[in-house]
Amino acid sequence: MSATDTQDPNRRDFLYIATGMAAVVGAGAVAWPFIDQMRPDASTLALASVEVDVSSLTPGMSLVVKWRGRPVVVRNRTEKEMKDGEAVNLAELKDPIARNANLPADAPATDANRTTPGKEAWMVMVQVCTHLGCIPLGQEGDFGGWFCPCHGSVYDTAGRIRKGPAPENMAVPVFQFISDTKIRIG
Amino acid sequence: MSEGHSTYTPKTGIGRWFDSRMPLPRLVYDSFIAYPVPRNLNYAWTFGGILALMLAAQILTGIVLAMHYAADSTLAFDSVEKIMRDVNSGWLLRYLHSNGASFFFIAVYIHIFRGLYYGSYKAPRELLWILGCIIYLLMMATGFMGYVLPWGQMSFWGATVITGFFTAIPLVGDWIQQLLLGGFAVDNPTLNRFFALHYLLPFMIAGVVVLHIWALHVVGQNNPTGIEVKSKTDTLAFTPYATIKDGFGMIVFLLVFAYFVFYLPNYLGHPDNYTVANPLKTPAHIVPEWYFLPFYAILRAITFNIGPINSKLGGVLCLFGAIVMLFLVPWLDTSKVRSAVYRPWYKLFFWLFVADSILLGWLGSQPAEGSYVFMAQMATLFYFAFFLVALPVLGLIEKPRRLPNSITEAVLEKNKGGGGHPAGATAAPETKG
Repeated sequence: MSATDTQDPNRRDFLYIATGMAAVVGAGAVAWPFIDQMRPDASTLALASVEVDVSSLTPGMSLVVKWRGRPVVVRNRTEKEMKDGEAVNLAELKDPIARNANLPADAPATDANRTTPGKEAWMVMVQVCTHLGCIPLGQEGDFGGWFCPCHGSVYDTAGRIRKGPAPENMAVPVFQFISDTKIRIG
Repeated sequence: MSEGHSTYTPKTGIGRWFDSRMPLPRLVYDSFIAYPVPRNLNYAWTFGGILALMLAAQILTGIVLAMHYAADSTLAFDSVEKIMRDVNSGWLLRYLHSNGASFFFIAVYIHIFRGLYYGSYKAPRELLWILGCIIYLLMMATGFMGYVLPWGQMSFWGATVITGFFTAIPLVGDWIQQLLLGGFAVDNPTLNRFFALHYLLPFMIAGVVVLHIWALHVVGQNNPTGIEVKSKTDTLAFTPYATIKDGFGMIVFLLVFAYFVFYLPNYLGHPDNYTVANPLKTPAHIVPEWYFLPFYAILRAITFNIGPINSKLGGVLCLFGAIVMLFLVPWLDTSKVRSAVYRPWYKLFFWLFVADSILLGWLGSQPAEGSYVFMAQMATLFYFAFFLVALPVLGLIEKPRRLPNSITEAVLEKNKGGGGHPAGATAAPETKG
């Protein structure tokens, strides 16, 4: 047996490689739980959807709910805000994509695409600046929408980025009207 | 320097017994008593010792504070207030720790600028320099996570903005950010892991400090002339000369530190951090701790897209690039002469770089609007030009001044010129009869 063992590749080479592979796979299998435990845990994910009663909102009023640790603004927009949002030429937008989780990923950022069909007055949006995560202030800035005090990003009445360092429109989360006065977010 | 000729001879039987089994006393003797230091070291060289002292002090006060602190988002802010009001001497320990972080950074910045001025990063000290850069990175991570623990408004929003950097990374950015936060926003899981890491990292710093000192003792200290030690007359024994000088430096440094702790304890902090963290409201003006301000100014200076890189990713890349520059310094500087004392043009650019860094720090504390943005862009441009243009080009075109033949010659020359000048007395105690 030992006489044939000296040929290349021999059984010892095979054992070295097999042992090495097992060690690599083993190290990976041990490392994964250490990385995996850092991801959002089950209790965090369990807060994935909230229901909001919006019956008290007359046009021009907003409310903010906490969803996944972040504020989501629900705004009943005024006629003027809707008109301003519709009047925008899409070519002028810094981010031409709707960023609406309820629509295809490449939907253009029209005013209608930022809202939901039949309820165009209602903006439901994660009120987090897409620059570095600050909370923009509502109904401020040059476009009558939102203004981020941290680094000066300006959003319009449909939450689209118009000026400043933020790269994207504010995100519209998955949501739906489950009745005329109730919204489910998430 | 220290390798080879150990002059340690144990005087007692116990000393000899130890020395032949585990020569720890020999290591201490060779490193901190007989270790030869260049005789011309000035007070800029005391900051290594000061940094070791600050690290030890931060670990000590930190461990004690951890005994009273609760790493839970509903309790953290109140537990810090409890430390301030109820815990015996808690106010002092916390102010020592929070101001200690600032003074740690003051010392490290002086230490880094000293290295840049006297060319301490050049061969054979590249690895020594890089280990120092790693320590600095670990310090930044530790400082940032420590600032989150009091769970005030600046804690929360500073953490939000800084972890937001990672979302700039294409494709995997959001996943990485969620991995760091343990959720979709800064929350209790974030606070818990930051506390665990804030406790761990100082010990990792201590580990790298050991490597840093090890590397230092292999290649020996640089000195104000930048000339290598050539003979025994160029050096003095570490004890008493360097220990006394380091000790005096520490006392003066601690005096200033104590002034801040007792008379200006919140001067370097931000009043918004005495408001409990509110995830639904951003403070009007977010600023990081003062020691990150130059990098913050660089981040915000990039307001334009560069080709396929959008302004957000560009800002983050420039911020990290500003730190990467430090790692590359040993290879960016082409000059054979170490010390700025003999490099008239480098000396000028060095001081411009110091001024630029301070300007960036000031701009980082101002709102990002109007002329501040343009000034920050110019200052950022100079910051990178110093490393990428001035360092390589000056080494090729600059005509250095004549170098003395040895450290001893430099010291004696200086003494002749200065007459009975007291600076000469400290620089060359053995020549004073």
